[in-house]
Amino acid sequence: MKRFLLPLITFLLLVGFLAVGLRLDPREVPSPLVGKSAPEFSLPQLHEPEKVFSPKDAAGKVWLLNVWASWCGGCKDEHPLLMQLAQGGEVPIYGMDYKDRPEEARAWLRQWGNPYRVTAVDETGRVGIDYGVYGVPETYVIDRSGAIRYKQIGPLTEEVVTRTILPLVKELQDK
Amino acid sequence: MIPEVGHFALILALCVGIVQGTLPILGAAKGNLAWMRVARPAARSQFLLISLACACLAYAFAAKDFSVLYVAANANSQLPLPYRLAAVWGAHEGSLLLWTFILTAWMVAVTIFSRHLPEAMRARILAVMGLVSVGFLSFLLSVSNPFERLIPAATDGRDLNPLLQDPGMVLHPPMLYMGYVGFSVAFAFAIAALLGGNLDSSWARWSRPWTTVAWCFLTVGIALGSGWAYYELGWGGWWFWDPVENASFMPWLAGTALIHSLAVTDKRGSFKVWTVLLAIMTFSLSLLGTFLVRSGVLTSVHAFATDPKRGLFILAFLTLVVGGSLLLYAWRAPRVGLGGGFSLVSRESLLLANNVLLVVAMGSVLLGTLYPLILDALGLGKISVGPPYFDAVFVPLMTPAVFLMGIGPIARWKKAELPELGIRVRWAFGISLATALLLPLVLGKWTPLIGLGLLLATWIATTALTNLRERLTRLPGESVFSRLTSLPRSYWGMMLAHGGVAIFIVGVTLVKGYEVEQDVRMNIGETTTIGGYTFRFDGAQEVRGPNYMAARGTFHVSKNGQEVARLFPEKRLYTVQNQTMTEAAIDSGIFRDLYVSLGEQLEGGAWSVRLYHKPFVDWIWGGCLVMALGGAVAIADRRYRFARREEHQGVSAASQAAGQKVA
Repeated sequence: MKRFLLPLITFLLLVGFLAVGLRLDPREVPSPLVGKSAPEFSLPQLHEPEKVFSPKDAAGKVWLLNVWASWCGGCKDEHPLLMQLAQGGEVPIYGMDYKDRPEEARAWLRQWGNPYRVTAVDETGRVGIDYGVYGVPETYVIDRSGAIRYKQIGPLTEEVVTRTILPLVKELQDK
Repeated sequence: MIPEVGHFALILALCVGIVQGTLPILGAAKGNLAWMRVARPAARSQFLLISLACACLAYAFAAKDFSVLYVAANANSQLPLPYRLAAVWGAHEGSLLLWTFILTAWMVAVTIFSRHLPEAMRARILAVMGLVSVGFLSFLLSVSNPFERLIPAATDGRDLNPLLQDPGMVLHPPMLYMGYVGFSVAFAFAIAALLGGNLDSSWARWSRPWTTVAWCFLTVGIALGSGWAYYELGWGGWWFWDPVENASFMPWLAGTALIHSLAVTDKRGSFKVWTVLLAIMTFSLSLLGTFLVRSGVLTSVHAFATDPKRGLFILAFLTLVVGGSLLLYAWRAPRVGLGGGFSLVSRESLLLANNVLLVVAMGSVLLGTLYPLILDALGLGKISVGPPYFDAVFVPLMTPAVFLMGIGPIARWKKAELPELGIRVRWAFGISLATALLLPLVLGKWTPLIGLGLLLATWIATTALTNLRERLTRLPGESVFSRLTSLPRSYWGMMLAHGGVAIFIVGVTLVKGYEVEQDVRMNIGETTTIGGYTFRFDGAQEVRGPNYMAARGTFHVSKNGQEVARLFPEKRLYTVQNQTMTEAAIDSGIFRDLYVSLGEQLEGGAWSVRLYHKPFVDWIWGGCLVMALGGAVAIADRRYRFARREEHQGVSAASQAAGQKVA
């Protein structure tokens, strides 16, 4: 009898998750990295593979690091916001193309527009491990001293950008 | 007025559904023939009522009645009539109506083709389907009413999502739903058999053609969706492992397992419990797919409106249907006896292994699809799981499955000998290995994945030939031709379906291995050469469509100085929703596709352009169609018709006897 109940039990577990999933929408998750300095790396650039990008290149500025991939649906969702941000020019955005094929990433940017100053290519996801990337997209706010001040897991929303990220960027820039 | 008629028809259909879902089941339990007989007319009248509702909605679209909220949200006065009619299922409410309509159509099919079934069995089947339809109708009427009025009426509509304004998209949902909902028949058969306690091989024989038909539709539906993504999304991919795609792929995998498991139950009486579980699982996954797509719990490129109330409703319904049937399973299945035994190496065990692989593959797709949701539910953040995961999991699971596909049909039922099997397939294996090692060198490049793909495809083909040769030598008859024609259609159906898989693998392997892609900036008159084809860009002109503005590029493609094709890719701006769409231009061929899509306009009439040379890409969809064709041939097998006639006579005699008793 017991083994015949297994499918039912599995299914009920699944329903539990689905039920919780239905009500959830928390996008803000504290990260152990917030407040610590951004892990160092040096990765080839997407558009000029012979050059590398490293967080040191952006030192002294307040900047955003956006982890994305061409295969990621959520990245498409947040993309118009990034384009707006880039056009506004309040804060430079750097991209990290995560576990992706560079030619597909380039095509994706050509198709939808490129909001990034520079995109670094993390083809194997090695640097992603240092950053504790759960998945894409993720966005980090990094201050002048190179410390991570905020981490957004999942797509950016209008609300997060105007209420959290932009005020934080302003505050950090004024410091 | 007309929309209210439609609304009223839905309410009536719900009432009929409630009767259909209860009386016949009670009748079957109590042996009340009159109650059981309610099922058939109820199913048919439900079908008529839902058809009426669909007609009313279609009329509202045709007449541009923007006082109906759903019409105003999904059509526009500029939208051409065929797309206005297709918009009936272009969004949430209408696609649920389509779901219900197809469900009732399957019910009518059951009433027509089930004369040979015992009265109680038929009553239970139709009642179970009636209960499913009650669920969907209450969903429609409570939170997804397509006939809701918009007062005051809108002056014009918001237009159909431009992504859906395409012939492929018009056909894709009905095909997909025919498959999804078609599995409800197999599900109803399983539940009816569990209820009645007659889970035997005749149950399996009855379910088989229904399952196969549903599977064929689902296969075609998925292929259509993939083809649509290929030419409509404009970046040349054909499968994205998107949650919505996975939602259709999971029932397909489970359904494929079900077809094979039913074959064993039918022929050997084994796997009964497993088969019934698969039947429940397949339909549950169809329902889960509907839940995932319609509730908005997952992020997907297919953006659908989300409403928590709807999600909650579908979840409750899902829990009731799936939970209820699994409970019934847990209660009844232990009493089902085991079928004929079989040894460790036999066709049964090979099929079982294949079944397990398919279900594990399904499970890994399910895990990848739900993992973001589960992490979110545990408060660990929102993520996407993409192709890197699925590619890594899928190839290792499918490789042994395809390998078994070659051996399974050759192995004997009950007991086979490994050494003997090895000798019989040694040529097939040798040829496959040689092809895998040498053919890529001829084609220009060898990688492990290309080698593996070709190995598997050739393996399917050569083992099938081995199988055919062995069957022919065993058959009596003079000429090869007469022996060929004496083979049953179900056998040919299997061969075709397996061949379809081989064709599909060839397509995937060669396109992944050898496709050439280039993103270039092209000035007017400039040329670019890829894969031996020279593309010349002759500039782009403005064109006006019925509801869009477009820039249409002109490309001349030539090979060795000979013109091969002229291609006209478009970049469209749909004015109502202010959305741009890339309309790729494709020159298709059996051995290659040439694919051009326009990127951004640059200064001086130049454009950024994506060019592809995709060898054998059409084999991907061709393979799917051959698989579906195989299914169609298999159900045309004579044994079903003969069996039907015999049982029909037997049953009608029995029912006469029963009728006399009642009278």
